[in-house]
Amino acid sequence: MKYDAVLAETVGIRGHGDDLIEAYSARPMDAAPHSGMIVIHHMPGYDAETKEITRRFATMGYSAICPNLYTREAPDADPDDAAATARANGGVPDERFVGDAKGAAAWLRALPNATGKVGVIGYCSGGRQAVLTGIEVDVQAAVDCYGALVIETPPEGFPLKVSPFPERIKDLGAPLLGLFGNDDAHPAPDHVDELEKLLQESGKTYEFHRYDGAGHAFFAVDRPSYRPEAAVDAWGHVENFLAEHLGAS
Amino acid sequence: MCTYSTEKVALDRSSGKTRDGWQSMSEASVYYDHPVHAPDAHTVNIDFLNPDRGPSSRIAVELSLDSARELLAALQTTVERAEEH
Repeated sequence: MKYDAVLAETVGIRGHGDDLIEAYSARPMDAAPHSGMIVIHHMPGYDAETKEITRRFATMGYSAICPNLYTREAPDADPDDAAATARANGGVPDERFVGDAKGAAAWLRALPNATGKVGVIGYCSGGRQAVLTGIEVDVQAAVDCYGALVIETPPEGFPLKVSPFPERIKDLGAPLLGLFGNDDAHPAPDHVDELEKLLQESGKTYEFHRYDGAGHAFFAVDRPSYRPEAAVDAWGHVENFLAEHLGAS
Repeated sequence: MCTYSTEKVALDRSSGKTRDGWQSMSEASVYYDHPVHAPDAHTVNIDFLNPDRGPSSRIAVELSLDSARELLAALQTTVERAEEH
């Protein structure tokens, strides 16, 4: 019988500007060395489903942390109210996000049983932020789940004050796993083609998997966009990719 | 997909009933995106907001596209009648 236990709890971490921000951590309850995973929540926020994903990484053997990127504008609010407020305010500025991601990585590396290796995964707007983390933060693996606006310019009516950064793909410092639905419009397949081209031109280590019959948010088990075949296959790629780049946990 | 499309409206002399009772509402956001609760992939969402009272003062609705069209027509009719008064 294999011991299988996880500790999951809310913690405070220091983020951008040394601000104290809320985060949700889940960690295996054994003293063996474990690499870290930063989970970046989707645009709808720091919600129950993202916390479930965070716990899943702990069951996979990683010390995981999900920072609440909306802590500042909506402390203690319901996730949907917090997301609406963040949206009305123009979203999370990239500089602030990067500071929070650096704080999350530092928190993981300060754990007594840290290996020093840290990965990042993000969904929806968090997919873009995971790529940004791979550029700006010392991480050893990055997973982009259908992140929009890495390459393409924002659509009309776009409420968030963020810009694409194709010119920065050459600065990516971590291997990238990209998981995309071919029915998605943001990012659309040609945006994914363009990102792949930039990765190839820069000689980056990357792995893309693109799913027919799936669109945006195919991992989201609580939404009509969920596509079990794509999600199950993609979770397998996530496991293998992290084992390769963060070490078997 | 996340459509991200958002229209914002400043509200004047307007109120809404929140979980904490009636409050002034100073802003509305209208957008077509994933709902939290309604059973469609995308809905027309309206948030009535009072930023001075914090995120929890939000009044939110998620409307199917058909329902949003009917609401739009009803608003149009009501506003036109009101202008005759």
